[in-house]
Amino acid sequence: MTNLQDWMIWPGNTVLSVLILVLIAMIGLYAARVPMHGIIRAIGYALAGALRLASRWLFAAAVQMKERNKAVLLAQGRREVGQRIEREFERVGVLVTRDLQGYPVLQRKLREEITRIEEDYKKCGEVPPPPPDWVEAVAAVAQIRSGGGEVAQKILDEIRQSIERIHDKALGEYRRAYEERHDILEGILPFWRSIEKTLKRVDKKLGDLAENAATVDAQMKKYRQIAAKSDEAESILATSSFTQFNIAAIVLTIALGGAFINFKLIALPMSEMVGAGDYLTASLRTSEVAALVIILVEASMGLFLMEALRITHLFPRITNLNDRARRRMVWISLVLLVTLAVVEAALALMRDVLIADKQALLQSLAASAPAAPSDGWVGRIPMAGQMVLGFILPFALAFVAIPLESFIHSARNIGGSLLADLVRILGFALRVLGNLARHLSRLLLHFYDLLVVLPLMVEHLVRSLRGGPVVHPRSLDSTGELKP
Amino acid sequence: MIKRTFRALVVALGLVTAAAGCTDPRNHVQAVYVLIDTSGTYAREAGKAQVIINYLLGTLQPGDSLAVARVQSRSFSEKDIIAKAMFDQRPTQANAQKRAFRAKTDAYLRTVQGSAYTDITGAMIQGAEFLNETGAGRKTILIFSDMQEELDKVTIRSFPISLKDIRVIAVNVTKLNTDNIDPRRYLGRLEAWQKRVERAGASEWKVINDLDRLDAIFTKS
Repeated sequence: MTNLQDWMIWPGNTVLSVLILVLIAMIGLYAARVPMHGIIRAIGYALAGALRLASRWLFAAAVQMKERNKAVLLAQGRREVGQRIEREFERVGVLVTRDLQGYPVLQRKLREEITRIEEDYKKCGEVPPPPPDWVEAVAAVAQIRSGGGEVAQKILDEIRQSIERIHDKALGEYRRAYEERHDILEGILPFWRSIEKTLKRVDKKLGDLAENAATVDAQMKKYRQIAAKSDEAESILATSSFTQFNIAAIVLTIALGGAFINFKLIALPMSEMVGAGDYLTASLRTSEVAALVIILVEASMGLFLMEALRITHLFPRITNLNDRARRRMVWISLVLLVTLAVVEAALALMRDVLIADKQALLQSLAASAPAAPSDGWVGRIPMAGQMVLGFILPFALAFVAIPLESFIHSARNIGGSLLADLVRILGFALRVLGNLARHLSRLLLHFYDLLVVLPLMVEHLVRSLRGGPVVHPRSLDSTGELKP
Repeated sequence: MIKRTFRALVVALGLVTAAAGCTDPRNHVQAVYVLIDTSGTYAREAGKAQVIINYLLGTLQPGDSLAVARVQSRSFSEKDIIAKAMFDQRPTQANAQKRAFRAKTDAYLRTVQGSAYTDITGAMIQGAEFLNETGAGRKTILIFSDMQEELDKVTIRSFPISLKDIRVIAVNVTKLNTDNIDPRRYLGRLEAWQKRVERAGASEWKVINDLDRLDAIFTKS
């Protein structure tokens, strides 16, 4: 280390020594002022330029990423809406095939029923036969005065009786005819009801069709918006993607809980199969890894099953398989899944046996009284519960494929969006740093001039005495350049 | 998508393999050698040894090893091993072995007979041999004794022994009548054993007199 005394030009006088040193330094700095200004300016500009360039590149990259994200988002949205429209059309097709295929039969039935009603109606319209012509003769006889004697009286009585008989008969016939008509009308009633029912059914089916058509219209509108790459569609899809991401994350967390329970169920009995004393890492037993592998295999089988059923579309190769191969794959996955579920149920039973054995050993070692036997079927409930859980959980895990697909797809959008934002923030930070570097170089120039302020003032004085152009000591413009 | 998933899987597998490669699975295996002093008055304490053996049987895991040997006039011999077992990897088999082990030691401890001298050093050398042969990651010698070594004139044990990487735990170190007169004898005896054991390369020396604190056997001090 250099001794401070070595720098003392005037060893006995520190102040004078320092003053002389400062003066020498000032003169040296003044002499180097122009090249030093150049160096500081060059470094500042180089830094600022590089940072600004990097910032621009990042902003451009962010814009590209955003465009790419938008393209991916719209493509996903288009695919999803397209699939939904396709499904709606399929549904409409099924509806049309199922309901309108029977429409000619329905129409014929309606026509037949209407014809029959018409015929019956016509029958009802037939008026009873008019009273016979002798009614007028009876009216004439009725006008004969009754004072004509006994014979006339008798004749009139007989005529009256005869007329009354005929009247009763005619009235009876008339009533019978009306009864028949009423019967016919009564017979029409079921046909009316049938027609009403049929028409209601037709109305409902047409209503369903209209509803489906409205759904298709709505989806088509959405599809058009996506195809037009509108900002509204992008915003809707981004929100939807975010919602999907959250929902999928929640469901996956729940599934992870299920997997953890499953793991706990089979980790101990797996030690009976692969050994309890083997360790893969410092704290990871082989039996635990084996249990984990079984759970992962179950999840994979579930994934393949869902793919083969075309519920998820994570593997295009499986989706594009022909129907026969796909059906085979469904059966293979299902059989493997069932086998694994049975194995898990057996392992759950084994777990209970192992725990009971360990408990019995510990009790015998403690030399305490043997444990009371469990209460029949009540004591077996936990074992049965474990077995049922062991059987059910693999199937429950199989459905993880659905939220997993949503999670992967939405994570792409969310991640892409976050990355673009991050790049933009980084670009902004570099821009700020660039500006800071530029201003710092200016500040350094001013500071440098501050260090050599005395020589600058002398220079100014000498120039003014010579009558030359007056140069102000702080002769830097706003950009840090020396003024001419 | 598939490529990315495949890459992630390869990386994960690589990490697991690397982690597995960095550790020795044998480090988790324990081997315990229990020495039971059957000399003189201490033979009366032998019944308590069953408590320790039971604790060990309940604590040791499948794959671990356990041996019980007696300490008598000359104990550097396999014949002094009362029972030994390397527990099976399968828990059910290991439990069966433990039951048999317990029955064997129980039968011995009921009929234990006192010996004239106490060859603790010879028993420790025998124990170290057994433990090193097991290849276990954690080796422990449990000495159930008053730690008062008494040898006949012919027996030679005054030479350096090797207990490298072995934990030595003295359990139920009872006080002799002379210790009660001058406790420095007891403390001095324990100190001398500690020095000898540490000089022999033992990784740990511990004394546990309270049989309710047996969990300290497997905890590091």
